[in-house]
Amino acid sequence: MSTAVADSHDVHDHHGPEKGIKRWLFTTNHKDIGTMYLIFSLVMFFIGGLMALVIRSELAIPGLQFVHPEFFNQMTTMHALIMVFGAVMPAFVGLANWMIPMQIGGPDMALPRMNNWSFWILPVAFGILLSTLLMPGGGPASGWTMYPPLVLQTGNAFPFLIFSVHLMGISSIMGAINIIVTIINMRTPEMTLIRMPMFVWTWLITAYLLLAVMPVLAGAVTMLLTDQFFGTSFFLAAGGGDPVMFQHIFWFFGHPEVYIMILPAFGVVSEILPTFSRKPLFGHDSMVYATASIAFLSFIVWAHHMFTVGMPLTGQMFFMFATMLIAVPTGVKVFNWVATMWRGSMTFETPMLFAIGFIFLFTIGGFSGLMLAIVPSDIQYHDSYFVVAHFHYVLVPGSIFALMAAAYYWLPKWTGHMYSERAGKLHFWLSTIFVNVTFFPMHFLGLAGMPRRIPDYSTQFADFNLVASIGAFGFGLSQLIFVYVLLTSKKGAHASGKVWEAPRGLEWTVPSPAPYHTFNEPVHVDRTVAFPQENP
Amino acid sequence: MSGQRQTNRSLILVLGGWVVAFFAFGYALVPLYDVFCEITGFGGRTNTEAAVVAEAPDLTRTVRVEFITQTNEYAPWEFAADVPSMDVHPGQLNFATFTARNLTGDDKVAQAVPSVAPISASEHFRKLECFCFTSQAFAAHEERPMPLQFIVDPDLPDYVDTITLQYTFYDTVRLSAK
Repeated sequence: MSTAVADSHDVHDHHGPEKGIKRWLFTTNHKDIGTMYLIFSLVMFFIGGLMALVIRSELAIPGLQFVHPEFFNQMTTMHALIMVFGAVMPAFVGLANWMIPMQIGGPDMALPRMNNWSFWILPVAFGILLSTLLMPGGGPASGWTMYPPLVLQTGNAFPFLIFSVHLMGISSIMGAINIIVTIINMRTPEMTLIRMPMFVWTWLITAYLLLAVMPVLAGAVTMLLTDQFFGTSFFLAAGGGDPVMFQHIFWFFGHPEVYIMILPAFGVVSEILPTFSRKPLFGHDSMVYATASIAFLSFIVWAHHMFTVGMPLTGQMFFMFATMLIAVPTGVKVFNWVATMWRGSMTFETPMLFAIGFIFLFTIGGFSGLMLAIVPSDIQYHDSYFVVAHFHYVLVPGSIFALMAAAYYWLPKWTGHMYSERAGKLHFWLSTIFVNVTFFPMHFLGLAGMPRRIPDYSTQFADFNLVASIGAFGFGLSQLIFVYVLLTSKKGAHASGKVWEAPRGLEWTVPSPAPYHTFNEPVHVDRTVAFPQENP
Repeated sequence: MSGQRQTNRSLILVLGGWVVAFFAFGYALVPLYDVFCEITGFGGRTNTEAAVVAEAPDLTRTVRVEFITQTNEYAPWEFAADVPSMDVHPGQLNFATFTARNLTGDDKVAQAVPSVAPISASEHFRKLECFCFTSQAFAAHEERPMPLQFIVDPDLPDYVDTITLQYTFYDTVRLSAK
C-alpha cells in the first residue's frame, strides 16, 4: 500500500496533479479525495433537502395536496437514508481525509488506493438507491430503519435498497480502516497519542465504532435479503423467526451510528473554540476520556429505541439508566467547551458562530434525548413528532452546523483565500433562525400527539405545521448562501499560512492553499503550535 | 518504507479481523436471542415441545386464560378458539380446542405460532399437547378441531391473574415451497 505513497513521491512531486478527469478518477491524494467526499456530500445534502421540502410542502396544511401517501413514505425513507449515509457520514470522512494527515504531520493517508476506492463506491451506491425512485412500485417506503415485515413488502426496489446499503457499509468500513491505520502509523514522531488534536481523537474513536457496527448492519440487511429471496426465516414468525429480533440487531448498529455522526462534530468544535477564544482547549485529556466513554456506552443502550416494543421491567430500567448515564460524559464536554471560552479574547467569525450555535442547540437536542430516555414518558413520546424534533436538533444544528463550522474554518487553508465573511455570517444567522422555526414547533406537535411518518394530520396540528414548513423553506434557501460562499471562495483576499490570528495545530504551519503534498518528511514540530494543551 | 508497510499490513489484518468478527457477531445474535428468549420468556415465547408436568393443583387460586386468534395476511383460513376464555386452577390439567377451516380449494399447510402475555407468565404457561408443535396439513375446504392441553404452573407470580394466549395462524405453503 505504501508503494502508492512512494510512487506519488517520485512521479508527482515535481509535476503536481494530473490534468482533467483522470486526476479525480485515479487520484490517491488525500486532499483530492477529501474534496470529492465534501462535494459529494454537499450534493447529497441538497438532494436530501429537496426531499425534506417535499415532506414539508405536503405537511404545510392538513389534507393531501401534492403527493400520494406512498410517495410521501418514500420521501421520508429516502430523506433519512441520504442524509445519514450520503451527507453527514461522507462529509466527516471528507474532513478526515483533508485534515487528519495534516494535523498529525503525515504525508498522506496510509492506504491511498483503498481511499480512492472507498470514495468511488459511494456515487455507485447512491446511484442505485436513487434509481429506485424510478422503478415500478417506487423506492423504499418503510422508513430508514427497514423493519420487517413491512420492508419485505417493498417492491422491485428491495434488493437495490439492500445492495446500496451493503455498498455504503463497505465504503465506510474501508474509510474507517484507512483512518485508523493513518492515525496509528503515520503520526510525526513527537505526536504521542494523547497529544493528538481532538478532531483526530474523535475520528479515531469514531472509526472503531464504524468497524464494530457497520458489519452488524450488513448482517442484518443480508438476513432481510435471504428472508425475502432464499427461504430463510430470520424475521418471519411463521418459520420460527422473530421480527423484533431485527429491531435489536438494527439498533445495535443504529445507536452507535448516531455517535458516529456526532463524535467528529465534537472534534470540530473542540478545534474551533480555542482558536477564536485565543486559549488552549480546556481539559483536552478529559475530552478524550469523555469521547471514549460515550463510545463505550453507545453499545449498551440500543433498546431505548424499542421501549414500546415490550421488554421486562429490568430491561427497561437497565436501558433507561444506561442511556441517562451518557449525559455525564457529554456534560463534561459541554462544560469544557464553555470553560474554553471563559475569559477568552473571543471574536465571532463565522466558524465560531456556527460552533457556539452548535453547543447551544445541540444541548437542547441532548435534553430532549434525556426526556426520551425516561421509560414512562417515552411511551407517550414514541413515534411522535417529539422524536422528530429531538433527532433533528442533534443532527441539523448538531452535525450539520459542525460541518459548516469546519468548512468555514478550514476553507481558507483549502483555497488560499478568505471567504466572504458577510455572506458567512448571513448564512449562520438565517440558518440558526430558520432551524429553530422549523424544528422547535415539532416538540409541541409531538407532545400534543402528532405521529411521525404520516402525510396528513388532524386539524388541531395545522398552525405549528405551517410554521415548521415556512421554517424548512427558509432553512433550505439559506443553504444556497453557502453555495455562493463556495463559488466565490477564490475571490477573497489571500490567506496567510496561519489564516486566523492564533490558531493551533500543525495544519496552520503549511502555506495556504495547502500544497498538493505536505509533510513528506517527518517534521520537528513547534510544541507551542502543535500541542497547545501543554502550554496553558 | 518497508517497515512502515509491514506495520500497516499487520494493523490492516487486525482491523479486517474485527470486521469479520462483528459480521459474524451479527449472525451470532440470532441463536443468542433464541436462548435469551427461552430463558426469560421474552417475546411471549412458550415451550415448543411437550412439557412434562406433575404438580398438585392449587384449588384456592383461579387464573383466567384468554384466547386470541388471528390469521396473517397470506392465510385464507377461519381460525378461532371454541371458548373465548377459561378460568383455571394452577397445576390443573386443562383442555381447550380451537377450530380451523381451510377456505380455499387447495391443499394447505399451516403453522400456528403462540405468544403469551404478560411476559412474566410465559415461562409458567406449559403446553403438554399443542397443534402448534408441528405444522398442520389441511385438504381443500377441510375443517377440523385443534386440541390444546396445558397447565398453568403454580409458581406463576402472585400479581398475574389473567394470561392471554395468542395464536397467529400462518399459511406456510409459500415458505415450504422454497
